[in-house]
Amino acid sequence: MGEMRVALFITCLADQFYAEAGVAAVRLLRALGVEVDFPEGQTCCGQPAFNAGHWEEARTLARRTLRVFQEAEYVVLPSGSCASMLRNHYPELLPGSREALAFSEKVYELSQFLVRVLGVERLGEGLKGVRVAYHHGCHALRELGVREEPLTLLTNAGAEILPWEAAEECCGFGGLFSVKLPEVSLAMADRKLSTLPEAQVLTSTDAGCLLHLSGRMAKRGANLRVAPLATLLWEAYAG
Amino acid sequence: MRAKARFYPKEAARLLQERPGVREAVTGATLHFERNRLRAYAEVPIEEWRERAKAVKDHVLSHLDRYLEEAERRLLEKGVRVHWAEGPEEAHQVLLEIVRRRGVRRAVKAKSMLTEELGVNPFLESLGVEVFETDLGEYLIQLLGEPPSHIVGPAIHLSLEEIRRLFHERFGTPLEASPEALAGVARKVLREAFLTADLGISGANFLVAETGTLALMENEGNIRLSTSLPRVHVAFVGLEKLLPRLSDLALFLPLTARAATGQRLSTYVSLLGGPAKEGEEGPEEVHVVLVDHGRTALLADPEAWETLRCLRCGACLNACPVYRQTGGHPYGYVYSGPIGAVLDPGLLSLEEAYPLPYASTLCGACYEACPVKIPIPSLLLTWRHRAVAQGLSPTWEKAALKAYRKVMESPALYRLFSKALRGLPLPQDLLPLLRAWTEGRGSLRPSPRPFHELWWELEEKDGR
Repeated sequence: MGEMRVALFITCLADQFYAEAGVAAVRLLRALGVEVDFPEGQTCCGQPAFNAGHWEEARTLARRTLRVFQEAEYVVLPSGSCASMLRNHYPELLPGSREALAFSEKVYELSQFLVRVLGVERLGEGLKGVRVAYHHGCHALRELGVREEPLTLLTNAGAEILPWEAAEECCGFGGLFSVKLPEVSLAMADRKLSTLPEAQVLTSTDAGCLLHLSGRMAKRGANLRVAPLATLLWEAYAG
Repeated sequence: MRAKARFYPKEAARLLQERPGVREAVTGATLHFERNRLRAYAEVPIEEWRERAKAVKDHVLSHLDRYLEEAERRLLEKGVRVHWAEGPEEAHQVLLEIVRRRGVRRAVKAKSMLTEELGVNPFLESLGVEVFETDLGEYLIQLLGEPPSHIVGPAIHLSLEEIRRLFHERFGTPLEASPEALAGVARKVLREAFLTADLGISGANFLVAETGTLALMENEGNIRLSTSLPRVHVAFVGLEKLLPRLSDLALFLPLTARAATGQRLSTYVSLLGGPAKEGEEGPEEVHVVLVDHGRTALLADPEAWETLRCLRCGACLNACPVYRQTGGHPYGYVYSGPIGAVLDPGLLSLEEAYPLPYASTLCGACYEACPVKIPIPSLLLTWRHRAVAQGLSPTWEKAALKAYRKVMESPALYRLFSKALRGLPLPQDLLPLLRAWTEGRGSLRPSPRPFHELWWELEEKDGR
């Protein structure tokens, strides 16, 4: 495993709003014997533009992301949504690009990488007794097929994943959706929050969802720790 | 039906503000449907079913001319009169001729979304014909003068209280009447209508080309009565409703029922074979109106034709967390929810339906629910891309995207933006975005320092 080397794509949202997820991801990967690079020049993958139909802008950013990460053996992201953008949508956005196709196979969301590539399912026992509400980010769940990986890692570290009837429902973030249709977006957040179990921490793979849900919680006066999955996984390891 | 799709954002916001009960009613009902669908899907090899159904539909759609001609021949052989309608005008002509010739005064109608497209009710009423919607939900919204808010459950947005009030005002039933008592009142009115109507109107779930059979699915028995009691039956059938063989129904009837309501089969299935022969009971005259109304144009669209596989089961509406907040009315056209968002721009025009492809977070739940695997999320993206290419996006969005691109193309500018986010003034073009965000959420609080600054310290501390 000492040979393993990954490039971390922090993603713009985590870079700005959940920097601790990046720190946690780097520490965790290194602790597991993986060398981590952080290619300079990375910015945004282009997803907000792509999803809103501005494909020209998205293409520009996709091409530069491919350039920035061209040396990487694996690209690991603390985000299911951006990982899916790279993995599933770059080849659609750049049809006929062999580079995009080859690249897509190197891309993993963090928990997916840990379980599927490293074969790690136990990180430690650092989450013993912690009651967790796990929000399945839609793109992690439905586009990458990442459902069990985060749950396995959390549960094996002693966390209790609380039943949540809306766990697999969209939180209403949706990128530009959150500002193009703010009322509907907020109603969706309210549905998630009004069914939230009595957890100690709310977590998810995706910074966008967490930003949206925690923002809405603040407005509603709710007080619950919101932490990106990467942070909890590091806590699982380090205690 | 006149489309008001362009007002979706405002209408959705207004409804959430003014009629919070709608959100509650729609969320409750759709979650119920959704749970039933999941249970019903889990009982069968659903992936295999969906793949087969998709393949059959794709086959029909790519040989539509052949199957339409075959269906017409079989229908004519059975004594059914076949009409072709490009749109509402031709459809209305068919009705006009029948109403005049047979002196029609009363019509009973089975639930049909296509007749909503064609404006059948207002047209018949303009001729002085009294029209009764006979599906219970459809009857309720007819009394209220509202359009359907769901493909399968047209009155899904109403609470029991609202229905009690409506019946109290209309029929003098007590305000605490039980649902059964209310249904009993409606049944009495509708039985009378069935027995006295001169004309029965329906849509169709399927038209089998091989045999010229119309297949109709329902749970209330009103469709069977509407199509068998009146002396004349007119069925409006969208061109995409064809199936090649009678045996295809063995897949499509249960698949549609499972997708729509989680039933193994609908309570009633009617397979109609034309006018009554001598000694038989049934309508003397049966008309089938094959309706295009934008469908052949959609079929010719290499990126959007797959929407024509749609069975109108409503499963994507039930699965959609966006639809669940408002129901169908704000979408402003016959088809709402995910399928409406990809079908309406094709049936209307993208200008008219602009906001609808944006009425989704691209969560993908619709695709998982769809019994014929219509790739709704990627179709949404296609329509969005076209909207941008046609310059339909609002000015603020264009400006924001331009600023975004500039920042993200240049790591130097990105770092500057990073600093701006933590104290310096932000680019003007991004301010409307920020306002829209913070209004319903707490203020945006960036991490004290971005990760790309922390990285260098991590390197040092870890001695690498």
